[in-house]
Amino acid sequence: MKMLGLSKKDTTFLLIVIALTLLTPILLQPFPASSTLAQFNAGYPDLMQRFAIFGIFAIGFNILFGLTGYLSFGHAAFLGVGSYSVVWMYKLLGYNVVPGLILAIIVSALFALLIGFVSLRRSGIYFSILTLAFAQMCYNLAYSVLTPLTNGETGLQVYTNDAQVLMGENSPTSPHFFGIVMNESATWNVGGWQFVFNNGYYFTAIIAILVFYLSLRIFRSPFGLMLRAIKTNQTRLNYTGINTRPYTLAAFVISGMYAGLAGGLMASMDPLAGAERMQWTASGEVVLMVILGGAGTLMGPILGAGFIKYFENIFSKINDQVLHGWFAFLPDGLENFLIGVSHFFVGKSWHLTLGLLFMLVVIFLPGGLVEGGQRIANAFRKRKSGGDDAETEAQPSAAE
Amino acid sequence: MSKSNFTRRGLLKTGAVTGAGLALPTIFTSGAAAFTNEPTGDTVTFGFNVPQTGPYADEGLDELRAQELAIEHLNGMGDGGMLNTFSSKVLDGTGVLGKKAAFVTGDTQTKSDAARASAKSMIEKDGVVMINGGSSSGVAVAVQGLCQEAGIIFMAGLTHSNDTTGKDRKANGFRHFFNAYMSGAALAPVLKNAYGTDRRAYHLTADYTWGWTQQESIQSATEALGWETVNNVMTPVGAGDFSSYITPVLNSGADVLILNHYGGDMINSLTQAVQFGLRDAEANGKNFEIVVPLYSELMAAGAGENIKGVYGSMNWNWQLQDEGTQAFVKSFGEKYGRPPSNSAHTCYVQTLLYADAVTRAGSFAPCAVAEALEGFEFDGLGNGPTLYRAEDHQCFKDVLVMKGAENPTTEYDTLEIVEQTPVDQVMYEPNHPMFGGDEASLGSCNDGA
Repeated sequence: MKMLGLSKKDTTFLLIVIALTLLTPILLQPFPASSTLAQFNAGYPDLMQRFAIFGIFAIGFNILFGLTGYLSFGHAAFLGVGSYSVVWMYKLLGYNVVPGLILAIIVSALFALLIGFVSLRRSGIYFSILTLAFAQMCYNLAYSVLTPLTNGETGLQVYTNDAQVLMGENSPTSPHFFGIVMNESATWNVGGWQFVFNNGYYFTAIIAILVFYLSLRIFRSPFGLMLRAIKTNQTRLNYTGINTRPYTLAAFVISGMYAGLAGGLMASMDPLAGAERMQWTASGEVVLMVILGGAGTLMGPILGAGFIKYFENIFSKINDQVLHGWFAFLPDGLENFLIGVSHFFVGKSWHLTLGLLFMLVVIFLPGGLVEGGQRIANAFRKRKSGGDDAETEAQPSAAE
Repeated sequence: MSKSNFTRRGLLKTGAVTGAGLALPTIFTSGAAAFTNEPTGDTVTFGFNVPQTGPYADEGLDELRAQELAIEHLNGMGDGGMLNTFSSKVLDGTGVLGKKAAFVTGDTQTKSDAARASAKSMIEKDGVVMINGGSSSGVAVAVQGLCQEAGIIFMAGLTHSNDTTGKDRKANGFRHFFNAYMSGAALAPVLKNAYGTDRRAYHLTADYTWGWTQQESIQSATEALGWETVNNVMTPVGAGDFSSYITPVLNSGADVLILNHYGGDMINSLTQAVQFGLRDAEANGKNFEIVVPLYSELMAAGAGENIKGVYGSMNWNWQLQDEGTQAFVKSFGEKYGRPPSNSAHTCYVQTLLYADAVTRAGSFAPCAVAEALEGFEFDGLGNGPTLYRAEDHQCFKDVLVMKGAENPTTEYDTLEIVEQTPVDQVMYEPNHPMFGGDEASLGSCNDGA
């Protein structure tokens, strides 16, 4: 079956992604609330929203990095710009997220146009450094120079004495989409399980699916092919008389808009915009997400985003007290030894675990987690059909 | 090409399942809890949100130690610490309202975003009724806003900016720590005695909210003494090298340098100022002096020798001789083998104050707890008689003026207490212009869902 201008295979792929996205609240809650393993459950609204939002961010980044090979170290700037746009719309108009999100996309596109126009005159490491410089400039401006606009380090917030001209008497007093309040959820208790279906999550999830579809179309379009040609050999394209800069600039602006949208959505879930959203660490994070998941693949960035956010939010909360709970059944000496060892990998040391995993992935799976998935799938398929079907891909990916 | 098993039947099935999944939320509505995270079992969970990585990680760690100790004391383990000296006697070591106190921890990374994410996961996943801790005003303001929206109580940790209980004050947020205005008010008389009324001050200020409010407070307090402010230069946070900011100071006509820096920035700027010979220099016929308005044990240890004789202020210090302080220092020292820091103390006290308010209110409902805390007067927690003012949820108590010790004997007594400024001297009106003026309001308290 073909649908929405996609091939049969892509349609299946898209439907799988849609199903996975919509069922996330159930899939991420595999352990009953009372079990000790509930620590590993990730199905609470804030984290699910983050999965979707950083998924969008990474999908957008992948359009630039995965397709053209241009490594931007400054995408956090657009994330921050998007957030500030949305919070300003809250302050001026009201808590409906739509005007803010539209403004976020427009403003981040303008920023991307400006930064891209200058930075794309260079390629390789020089391009990366230029984008990094611009992003740090934006960060410092937001942190301490443009404080009337950004409220500096404290972050931009909505105050009760803000204009909010479109606020009616009965309007919700937190971000909403035409009356659907983002932070409201419905809880479903089945057996020992507790599933939370959150409005905000479904709002971001639906947007994520839309932009995923858009990126799928870009990957399959002649434009996407041109971007891939730029990655493969830009010099040759130039010699054949093709001016590549409009294409790279377009890719840069599109991915900047994705980042702006993601930033806007962050402020839609939580009405605050802080300058550190623009810091270089945030730019680096999205690079890690894309590489960890698999650059240039469709699904990779989303997986990478989910992976990193899971570590940041779940592993960082395993403290010594929790470890004691787990290993309590062991003899004292062994227990203390195990806790001493685990101590270096969880809690405040979660960065170390993530770093090790990142190294393992880069060394053994250069194609990221997607490559890992493909290898596993191929291994199973070989066993089943006697190894003659190895060509079939587990997922339609634009391998490099 | 691959063979897909995609059929009409399959699509219908998937569609039905997806539809059902989407419709579910409307069938199963949320339970009718009276307020957010109403504890129903035999435990009640507190959230300790402190920096465990980043520039203030050491302070976060010390806060966590104190919070763990507070939980032990609430549950009747250990020697009870300040529970024995606290003027309110409702806490008896049997948990809080008959429920055993438990806690979860999170890492703020000293970033507003990360702190809010961690606080949200505590609220949504772990079901905490109160969040305590933190070591930065930006983070405190951000998390306080979140707790207000979510409908739980926020007991601020180390946050010194006027804004936390000034223009950003919230009905669900409470601060025990002192603030920049109080630092200025407490330091001014001491500076007058030590350095006279005819001084010219040069400010180096960390370029963010906390730095600005502190600079504003100190400038107004010193100008009231008759001092003149020569210049105020903003320095980027985390600059590392301050030499280019310090070089012009000597020739500016100033004779006092005021460093509105904190943490690593303060260690660097003070060390460099001393290396540049500012302490030994003379200007306007007087000895050149340096002042660091906000001190912490950590900074004092980092700055080492350079801190000798430099004035600053603190919320509390373990060297105080009152009963409460001694009880706390004893039980902290026995458990961890070191005296507690200023920030550890404030977090410990905040946890006890919350538990006490819950017990007096007879409920965990945020509005009831807030009402019990508002206007609450207590003693025996190390700062002498203290008032939790109802209008802005700020604690009013004596402020300590400190000086770098001339002859420290251990690594823990690098600071000595110069004066305990009485609370009347640091009092201000709730609508003081430095605290948001008449526009600042707590809003109404929020019990959440």
